[in-house]
Amino acid sequence: MKNLKQSLAVALWFIFLTFPLMVVKVNTSDQVVQWRWMNILWVGVTFFVLSFIWRYALVRKEARQMAALSGQDEHEKPTKFQELLEDQSLRYRLMLGLLAFALVFPWVFDTYQSTIMVSALIYVVLGLGLNITVGLAGLLDLGYVAFFAVGAYAYALLNHHFGLGFWTCLPLGAALGGIFGVILGFPILRLRGDYLAIVTLGFGMIVKVVLENWSEFSFGPSGIANIDRPSLFGLDMDIAASTTYIYYIMIALVILTIIVTGRLKNSRIGRAWIALREDEIACVAMGIDMAKTKMSAYALGACWAGMVGVVFAAKTTFINPASFTFMESAIILSIVVLGGMGSILGVILGAMILILMPEYLRAFSEYRMIIFGAAMVVMMIFRPQGIISNIRQKYEFKGLKEKSENV
Amino acid sequence: MEYFIELFLSGLTRGSIYALIALGYTMVYGIIQLINFAHGEIYMIGAFVAYIVCGVLTIYGFHGVSILIIAGLLAIVYSCAYGYTLEKVAYRPLRGAPRLSPLISAIGMSIFLQNYVLLAQTPDFLPFPALIPDFAFMEPIAHIIGSAELVILVTTMVTMVMLTLLIKYTKIGKAMRATQQDMSMARLVGVNVDRVISTTFIIGSALAAIGGVLVASYIGQVNFYIGFLAGVKAFTAAVLGGIGSIPGAVIGGLVLGLTESFAAGYVSSDYEDVFAFGLLVLILIMRPAGILGKATKQKV
Amino acid sequence: MSDTQKQVLLEVKGLTMDFGGLRAVDSIDLTVSAGEIAALIGPNGAGKTTFFNCVTGIYTPTGGDVLLHPQGKPTRRVNGKKPNVITTLGMARTFQNIRLFSDMTVLENVMIGRHCRTNTGLVGAILRGAAARREEQETVEFGYHLLEQVGLAEFANEYSKNLPYGAMRRLEIARAMATEPFLLLLDEPAAGMNPQETDELDALICRIRDEGKIAILLIEHDMKLVMNISDNIHVMEYGKKIATGTPQEIKDNPKVIEAYLGEEADA
Repeated sequence: MKNLKQSLAVALWFIFLTFPLMVVKVNTSDQVVQWRWMNILWVGVTFFVLSFIWRYALVRKEARQMAALSGQDEHEKPTKFQELLEDQSLRYRLMLGLLAFALVFPWVFDTYQSTIMVSALIYVVLGLGLNITVGLAGLLDLGYVAFFAVGAYAYALLNHHFGLGFWTCLPLGAALGGIFGVILGFPILRLRGDYLAIVTLGFGMIVKVVLENWSEFSFGPSGIANIDRPSLFGLDMDIAASTTYIYYIMIALVILTIIVTGRLKNSRIGRAWIALREDEIACVAMGIDMAKTKMSAYALGACWAGMVGVVFAAKTTFINPASFTFMESAIILSIVVLGGMGSILGVILGAMILILMPEYLRAFSEYRMIIFGAAMVVMMIFRPQGIISNIRQKYEFKGLKEKSENV
Repeated sequence: MEYFIELFLSGLTRGSIYALIALGYTMVYGIIQLINFAHGEIYMIGAFVAYIVCGVLTIYGFHGVSILIIAGLLAIVYSCAYGYTLEKVAYRPLRGAPRLSPLISAIGMSIFLQNYVLLAQTPDFLPFPALIPDFAFMEPIAHIIGSAELVILVTTMVTMVMLTLLIKYTKIGKAMRATQQDMSMARLVGVNVDRVISTTFIIGSALAAIGGVLVASYIGQVNFYIGFLAGVKAFTAAVLGGIGSIPGAVIGGLVLGLTESFAAGYVSSDYEDVFAFGLLVLILIMRPAGILGKATKQKV
Repeated sequence: MSDTQKQVLLEVKGLTMDFGGLRAVDSIDLTVSAGEIAALIGPNGAGKTTFFNCVTGIYTPTGGDVLLHPQGKPTRRVNGKKPNVITTLGMARTFQNIRLFSDMTVLENVMIGRHCRTNTGLVGAILRGAAARREEQETVEFGYHLLEQVGLAEFANEYSKNLPYGAMRRLEIARAMATEPFLLLLDEPAAGMNPQETDELDALICRIRDEGKIAILLIEHDMKLVMNISDNIHVMEYGKKIATGTPQEIKDNPKVIEAYLGEEADA
């Protein structure tokens, strides 16, 4: 009964809150007010139901926290799913299966599907790149898309002016992304977390403003068209073949990214990144050079964006500043956050869900951003570790144990 | 010289609006160390509510000043309600979570609110009626400073003085200062911290709403996206001045407004955002805590 | 035990730290020699932790000198040097309010300590060549042996946030030792431990000194522990040093008794 009353109050409150925006719609040119009374009903019912779910979830969360605090549940019980993931042989089989599926994909589905898949894969790489900066090193970068733009424009301009090919530009794009990361990193990496966020956001906006206004350099808002697609031994390819080709390039890049980030994660450098994220002061007190560590995470994250920017330009053959807005940065960030910060598999899943869902559910695409936003909030409150939480490597000490027992 | 004065005054106007919004950021940051990313959206919602109320009232035959007052008041009421709800839904459950969590939640809320207004209303720019009348006594200097600018300057100044008085002399103001210094200590001596935080959000939202109505009526249009840029700029102002410091937010806002105005006037209006953020980076490098901010030693 | 032949490792001269108008540490002189266990005691708020923070580079002291004399290496003045530089030179520390990397495993925490003694770079980590793999293996083994020494080997793969409190303190010590220091600074290592754990800690500290040849400077409130293991004790009050001496001398020092018990103690 108490719950019922509470939910009723919540529903009424939200009806009040949403009234002017949801119900009233003014058309000033025709001097007409449109009253959408039905919306009151929807809002009321939705929030009535939501408040029940919300309360239930909060109670459960608190109970979990209490259990963790009182030490009853000292070892966070991994879910069934998580346990399955840790099973090595299953993981290999799963990976092989996925790989096989990925390889035959363009032959089973049509070009349109491949194109969508390519953009999803681009976001996978972007997500994994940003994962280094945000997920591992804990540096919140809200201007990540700027490095993506650097790569895309690098290829577009070099191709336009000097006729440089895709394969020359791919490493150049990565290098330029990294260099921009270092240049930007120098002044700002001394800043504390929140300041870093706002400055990177500003940097992202500066890059876009410059691209829009410096027409002699970037051709302004109209962008650059007729960028060459990637070439394969000078073969002439139609669009379908070319899409398939780019698709395979992206598959290769994704695999490369997974291998590289996977190896880094459990290396001396990767551990330093995570330590930095966990506790800056303890981290430097353990002899880790903060500036160097931050810089490497920041620049390396930027590298991937630069590289995949080249692919993006080659895929669309046309770029303009409108592709590099803050919203893109926000989408990439939500991929990392929703997927699970620091977790490679989580980020891949996150990218697939966030990019493919709106493509396949057209009706959904209108609501895509609002759902992203809500999902970020809900995720932070109820499952801050993301879809798949990051698992640290376990080490075997069989030999070591015996050695020390024999002594 | 006249051009200089004109730029100066327009910079001042712009800066005082930044300051008004920046106060919301700085007050929230001072108390819970969170960049309330959705604050710009509160400003936008304030402007939108004012737009809707104006539209309805105009169609039903109200006039001039009565519209301004009713629209302004309702905008404030709704912004406060949104600010309060925002804190309760998106931030309160995250108290004590790692720092990145509430920040990401805030970004999520910002995206959510933008798209909520986009879907509930329209993605287009809407014409906002000029609510501030042209005063007769302003006629002789109208080419330097318009009536609307004057109203903005006076309103923001009055608001800021009231805010200062509120924080200095009222009970809730004292509780806010206590919470800012040491939240757990404040709780121990009987300050209702949750209430203080809610109040902070409400006050900040009210300031944002005032800014929203003034700007919308000054510029003459509203859109779901106006909050984002204004929010980023205002936050920049807050950081410039030293986040957490109330006079800092005012100074930061003015510095930013003047910089933009002069950059736009003497260099190029295309690059005013570049100047704004360039200034931010420059000041943060030289004084990482902002103009008035104190370099606080982290407790180890 | 005032062995003047022993080489001095840490020499602090006139160290001063001001916070605004507040002088938290007031011209402190202090030395720690090889093979010594020294203790820094004093009432709460006396400035002990601030002293540690100044010495280890977390704060830049306002005045005075902090000199490190590593054996067989030139003396270094480390005022205002970054903490990681000081740690690399050979002085490591633990924290009063445990600062472990909670989302990393116990072993990984110790492996972080190895960071400044290893050198695989980005490229090495990506290519995972023979040298990188060897270094990684050595790091794991080194870390594991350290964990055995502090009795945490069985928890190696647990997340450090899931450890019991006393174990966290020991892990902090192991992590600091992984940096191969010649001098270890412990900030209240026994805080929150029960008597049995404290006894174990007592033994552990002595073992570190004897087997690891590491000198130790510790802040501690547990007087039994301090009196048991220290060679020299320094007492601070209100930022100033009020006494130095062996445990017996300190016990009998009227100034110290006054600082701890207030003036009634005399009556």
